[in-house]
Amino acid sequence: MPTLTRLYVKTSLLYLAAALALALVLALAQTTKLPALLAAAGPTYFHLFLVGWATQLIMGIVFWMFPKWSKERPRGNERLAAVVYGLLNVGLLLRVVSEPARAVSPAALWGWLLALSALLQWLAGIGFVANTWGRVKER
Amino acid sequence: MPRLSVWFIRLALAYLATGFTFGALLLANKGLAFAPLLWRLRPTHIELLLVGWMVQLAMGVAFWILPRFQASRGDVRPAWLALALINLGIGLVALGLVVDLGGWNVVAGRLAELAAVAAFAWHAWPRIKPIGQ
Repeated sequence: MPTLTRLYVKTSLLYLAAALALALVLALAQTTKLPALLAAAGPTYFHLFLVGWATQLIMGIVFWMFPKWSKERPRGNERLAAVVYGLLNVGLLLRVVSEPARAVSPAALWGWLLALSALLQWLAGIGFVANTWGRVKER
Repeated sequence: MPRLSVWFIRLALAYLATGFTFGALLLANKGLAFAPLLWRLRPTHIELLLVGWMVQLAMGVAFWILPRFQASRGDVRPAWLALALINLGIGLVALGLVVDLGGWNVVAGRLAELAAVAAFAWHAWPRIKPIGQ
């Protein structure tokens, strides 16, 4: 398994644990009044689960297992794949911090950080598609 | 990789790119509130990423790697039907973005997606077997 895949997969497992931990906290809202910061974390939970875990796990496995791009570059542009990893995770972590903060604070900074998070995750998605497209081919 | 998997997976990648684009617009708008109408993209964003990206990718990879019968993948016609139906379903659900059909497009879309899953299961069921059978 390539180093970058190990990084993707291990990071995705951390997000899975974080998503389920946040789900546990959100479930407490049915019995306890949560601070507003946590009560606003519902979308954050879904995205930790579906982007941080599921999509990131898929990206790591695809990088490892899909047909070779070419003999010289079997996994396509490996540098781009590493950049995608960075963009996705910095973008997602920015969301984790700024989305609940935006819900409880009027400071414009949180809104701009959310927009930056959107841009970074979008670039990660497009980079992944660009790097994977050529590996999806008939033998 | 067989041709059908190429279709499934490339369509899944196209939905990923579109779904991420919609998601980025929604998130940026949540932060900066520059176009309230963008909120209408949310159901399509969810549809494209859950069904278009994840379910379709799973079907494409499953068709490729599930055990075969000697060299054959069995009757592949239901799997091709699944490709057509799932994309018809996604299209019908996404149609709600541009035209108000009172929710009937979503009902029809879900029906097509259900039929796609049934067709795919019809194909894949016998391939889920022990090694050597």
